[in-house]
Amino acid sequence: MDFTFSFTSFLSFLVAFTLAPLFMGVILKVKAFFGGKQGPPWLIKYYTLIKLLRKGSVYSTSTTFIFKLGPIISFVTAFMLLLFFPFAGLPPVLSFHGDVVVLFYLLGLGRFFTVLAALDTASPFEGMGAAREVFFSALAEATIFVILALFFRLSGSLSFAEYFSGDQFVNLWSQSAALIFLVLIALFIVLLTENSRVPVDDPATHLELTMIHEVMILDHSGPDLALIEMGAFCKMLFYSAFISCLLYPFHTGSALYNVLVFNIIMALIYAGVGLVESITARYKMDMVPNFILTSFALVFFATILTMEFVQ
Amino acid sequence: MDNLLQIQNGQAVSRADIPDLDFAVFQQAVLDATRHSGFVVQFFAYEDEQSALKLIAVIRCGQVLYVAGCSLAEEYPSFTLECEKFHMFEREIAEQFGVRPKDHPWLKMVRYHENCRGKDDIFGNDYSQDIPGNYPYFTVDGDAIHEVAVGPVHAGIIEPGHFRFQCAGEKVFSLEIQLGYQHRGAEKLLEQAGQHRNRLPVIAESIAGDTAIGHSLCHSQAIEALAGLEVDEGAKIVRTIALELERIANHIGDLGALSGDVAFNPPLAYFGRIRGEFLNLMLTMAGNRFGKGLVRPGGIAFPVLEEQRQIMRNKIKDETPGIVNVCDLLFSAHTVIARFEHTGTVPRAIAEKLGLVGYAGRASGLPYDARITYPTEAYAQVEPNSNERTVGDVFSRANVRHEEIMHSLRAIPKLLAKEVDAEPIAVPVSYTLAPDSFVVTINEGWRGEVSHCLLTDKDGSILRYKVKDPSFHNWTGLAMSLRNQGISDFPLCNKSFNLSYCGFDL
Repeated sequence: MDFTFSFTSFLSFLVAFTLAPLFMGVILKVKAFFGGKQGPPWLIKYYTLIKLLRKGSVYSTSTTFIFKLGPIISFVTAFMLLLFFPFAGLPPVLSFHGDVVVLFYLLGLGRFFTVLAALDTASPFEGMGAAREVFFSALAEATIFVILALFFRLSGSLSFAEYFSGDQFVNLWSQSAALIFLVLIALFIVLLTENSRVPVDDPATHLELTMIHEVMILDHSGPDLALIEMGAFCKMLFYSAFISCLLYPFHTGSALYNVLVFNIIMALIYAGVGLVESITARYKMDMVPNFILTSFALVFFATILTMEFVQ
Repeated sequence: MDNLLQIQNGQAVSRADIPDLDFAVFQQAVLDATRHSGFVVQFFAYEDEQSALKLIAVIRCGQVLYVAGCSLAEEYPSFTLECEKFHMFEREIAEQFGVRPKDHPWLKMVRYHENCRGKDDIFGNDYSQDIPGNYPYFTVDGDAIHEVAVGPVHAGIIEPGHFRFQCAGEKVFSLEIQLGYQHRGAEKLLEQAGQHRNRLPVIAESIAGDTAIGHSLCHSQAIEALAGLEVDEGAKIVRTIALELERIANHIGDLGALSGDVAFNPPLAYFGRIRGEFLNLMLTMAGNRFGKGLVRPGGIAFPVLEEQRQIMRNKIKDETPGIVNVCDLLFSAHTVIARFEHTGTVPRAIAEKLGLVGYAGRASGLPYDARITYPTEAYAQVEPNSNERTVGDVFSRANVRHEEIMHSLRAIPKLLAKEVDAEPIAVPVSYTLAPDSFVVTINEGWRGEVSHCLLTDKDGSILRYKVKDPSFHNWTGLAMSLRNQGISDFPLCNKSFNLSYCGFDL
């Protein structure tokens, strides 16, 4: 394990983590713009977090400690993910060979406990949402692991830090641009799926029967809900940062310039999510697997193109 | 049909003229009329002056309205076995009067209240207990079946209703809807108002808040028919415009809500604003945004003169291009179309069996529109509307609403162009109702056929006041639209019908 702890790494992580709620505000602003509205203030997500943290939590008497464990684990796993990610191409706080596999399963662990907490409430809605979430994320996982296989073919590494630095970097502006382009589309689909965005899920709806992620957290309140929200921000930040690192070669140039470009690209990706949410309706529930499997098909064929018999 | 009396919408007839048939003859005649082309407008029981139980049926066949009556025993062979259109009406009668329709396929309470005759309860309910009472739900057995119960408390600010789904995974086999949580006893309140006549219109327009004009119009027309009140031309035009404004405002709000339900947000925001503009037009006429207090027996209660007409003309001219554009945005987005098409389909055959009315019926290919078939007020001057897509899915229902908005936007300026001033009448109006009379009024409220039926006794007091909201027919249509649908499509189907809970609960 590489423990070369540097101040800039820690700072870049801290900046990214602090800005995560602000980026969510970008989505809301874009959606409001398309609706001809002013929208909530830019800092709305910070206000929400502060509000929730000051409240108390309400627990149903029929739930067990699992219910309280869900939010904590889902936040901690998403938080850990960020520690390993090279924001703006700067070396991450922590890194080791093979960390990507561990990290995606950490996300899986967080989801597992969210699902358990939802089932713990014994509500018919929450079980339904849990079933949907597990089904759809299982499909998205297939895409992710084909992407990892592809990146291993391209860079020979299994760690975020190595993907975006060194000679064998993975980037849109490298020799394998065509493949990365397909990966970018697939990753954007996975981003929408994993973060419960339109057209897979609707984070703004109040209709329990149509919800996927939101319905699982209906019974959480106060600080627990704040933890879940923060976990969701971290997850969204991670996927967006993943995409932005593929879009722009951050391993060259000065650190300050890179951080600036990185944040602009991040804002653009969030704006893109807002744009998608403004111009598309949700898919019918039975269409969602097709949508997610499209991402799988894209990266699967991209991977085949790297095989020896094709070249 | 020889046994039935032909009547006109909104014209009083003497109760003595209504054929009082033998039950078997009555049942045969009514079933013959409704089995194929006829539909039930009203089907209710009442106690006459001698406390004898009577049954009245008002049937519509094409352009013609029929009425007939008979005596009702404590138990009678169910009409529903022969014709599904009577299903909810028979349950209502059983609940209100404690009369048992023998072999009714699903004899269950409608609104959860005691019957008015103090008889033993048909459903075995103890009404000192809170809702829900002792009643069964339709169930499906099997290892893979799960039951989802929704409501009566919902996530949004909608009214209370209980929805029971029998599902296999995401697929719904059966949905049963239980309402009654808002039962206020509207019919009894109307009957018991007695000499406080000025209370009647206030109660009538509170039956369903979003159909204030529809219900108060039905009420006023019934009173006018029984009291022989004349309504002047200007007031008729204003009342027509008010009903159309109510239609536009509700349809626009619902189209916005439909797009919100599929997470297509821009139309939700735009239509939300535009709906407010039309409610504000009502404000210029009635002093409130829902048109309460405008329609009163004998005319209208506020003046509508050139000033108000000019505001309406300008507003409609200003808003029409915006409505066209937002409808274009909604109906041309392919993801929206993909979501609306083939969702919640009620085929014509089922719609006909259930007797769906209003836009839900028209979207399923039943062209009935009370504005055309039984025109009241100034509707004889309004051109009929036509619907393009009538396959019974959510897309059809949305499309029909879109067409109705555009139709109303064309109709209102034509009515305004008549430039007839409408002077208010002095409220409250004093009147005496014709004794021993019967009247039925039908209007096309924004949801469909609203109907009030009044019977007076020999002193000219109200003996029976029967109210029917279109939702009474259409809730069963919503339940049928969910068969073999994904459960996640329920909110969308529900919104496409957007039925009234309080209009049903009375």
